Amino acid sequence: MISVRDARDTDAFAELFVHFAPRIKGFLIKSGADATTAEECAQDVMVTLWRKAGQFDPARASVATWIFTIARNRRIDILRRERRPEPEDIPWGPEPEPDQTAVLALQQDSARLSTALAELPAAQRLLIEQAYFKELSQSEIAKVTGLPLGTIKSRIRLALDRLRHAMK
Amino acid sequence: MTLSNIKHHLDDATLMAYATGNLPEAFNLIVATHVSLCDACRAGVESYDAVGGSLLDDNAAAMSDGSLAKALQQLESVPTAPQLRKKAGVLPGPVQDYVGGDLDSIKWRPVGMGVKQAVLATSDRATARLLFIPAGTAMPDHGHRGTELTMVLQGAFQDADEYFARGDVETADADVQHIPVADIHEDCICLAVTDAPLRFEGWLPRIVQKFVGI
Repeated sequence: MISVRDARDTDAFAELFVHFAPRIKGFLIKSGADATTAEECAQDVMVTLWRKAGQFDPARASVATWIFTIARNRRIDILRRERRPEPEDIPWGPEPEPDQTAVLALQQDSARLSTALAELPAAQRLLIEQAYFKELSQSEIAKVTGLPLGTIKSRIRLALDRLRHAMK
Repeated sequence: MTLSNIKHHLDDATLMAYATGNLPEAFNLIVATHVSLCDACRAGVESYDAVGGSLLDDNAAAMSDGSLAKALQQLESVPTAPQLRKKAGVLPGPVQDYVGGDLDSIKWRPVGMGVKQAVLATSDRATARLLFIPAGTAMPDHGHRGTELTMVLQGAFQDADEYFARGDVETADADVQHIPVADIHEDCICLAVTDAPLRFEGWLPRIVQKFVGI
C-alpha cells in the first residue's frame, strides 16, 4: 500500500487488487447487492483507493480497515443514495513521517483483533456480522432473527466486551 | 494531542452504528461533527472500523477475468484526491459541507422568542437542524418520540444540572422532557438531530411547530 501511495506503483496496486477486490465483492453481495453491481463497485472501490492513496496513514488504520471504510461508504451511496458525512482530518495534520512503532503496534492489534473475532462464540459473531454486512440496526436484526431486542443488545455487548478484553 | 474539554460524548452503540453504516444521514452528520472535535470518540469509531476491516477477510467472491485489467486501465485517467484539511471557522467541516460555508452562510428562519433554526438537507429518515438560541434564553420545553442528539458548536447551554459547551453532545431519549437554557455569555449555536418530530408542551409551541416543522 505504501508503494501505491508514495511511488504510484501499479504492480503493487495489482497485488492489492487480487487480494482485496474479491473480499469487497463478497462484502457487497452479503450486503444485498447483486453480483454484477458488487463486481462493478469492488472495482470502483479499488480505483478510489488509488485516487485517495495520499490520505492513507498506516499508523491509524490497516489497509483492510481503510478499504472497509471506502467500501462501506460506497455501499451507502449505491443502496441508499445518501451522502456520507466524514469527520475532518485530525487537527494536527498528517504526520510527516509515520512513527514506525505506531505502525507496527497497529499491525499487531489488527492481527489480534482478527484472532479474537474468529474465537467469538458463533451466536455473537453472527450478530456482529449482521450489523456490519446487512446494514441492519439492532431492532431490524430482532425482526429478521426473531430474537428479542434485549438478547441482541446483550450479545453484541458481550461480543464487544470479549473483543476489548482480547485487545488488552 | 489536542486539548479537549469535551465531557459529554456519544455512546458506544452510536459510534458502532456509524462505523457499520447503519445510521440515517442526519445522525452520520452529528457523529462526523463530534468526531471532528473529539479524539476519544474518533478512536472509538476507528476501532469499530477495524472490526469491519477484520470481517472483510472471510467473505471473498471471485472477480471475473479481466477485472484487474479494466481497473488498471482506469488508473491512468483518474485524478488524485486532494489531502484532507481542517477547515477554519466556527462550524466543523462536516457541517460546513451542508451549510455551504461558515456561520455567515446559514439561512436562519425565526422560530419565535429569538430562537432561530436552519434545517439541513439530509435524507428523510431523520432530521438535522442548526439552532440559534440567544444568550440566556430557554429553548421551548419539549419532549420527543425518538432520540434527539444536540451538539454545541458555539456558546454553551445548561440543562437541569448539566452544562454543555462546544463539542459536548446531549443525548435525550423518548422519556426525557428537557429545557435547555443558553449560557448568558454568548449566543448558543447547536446542531440537533432527531429521528422523530419533537413534542412541545403547551399550546403555543405546538402551533408554531406546525409552521416551522420542528
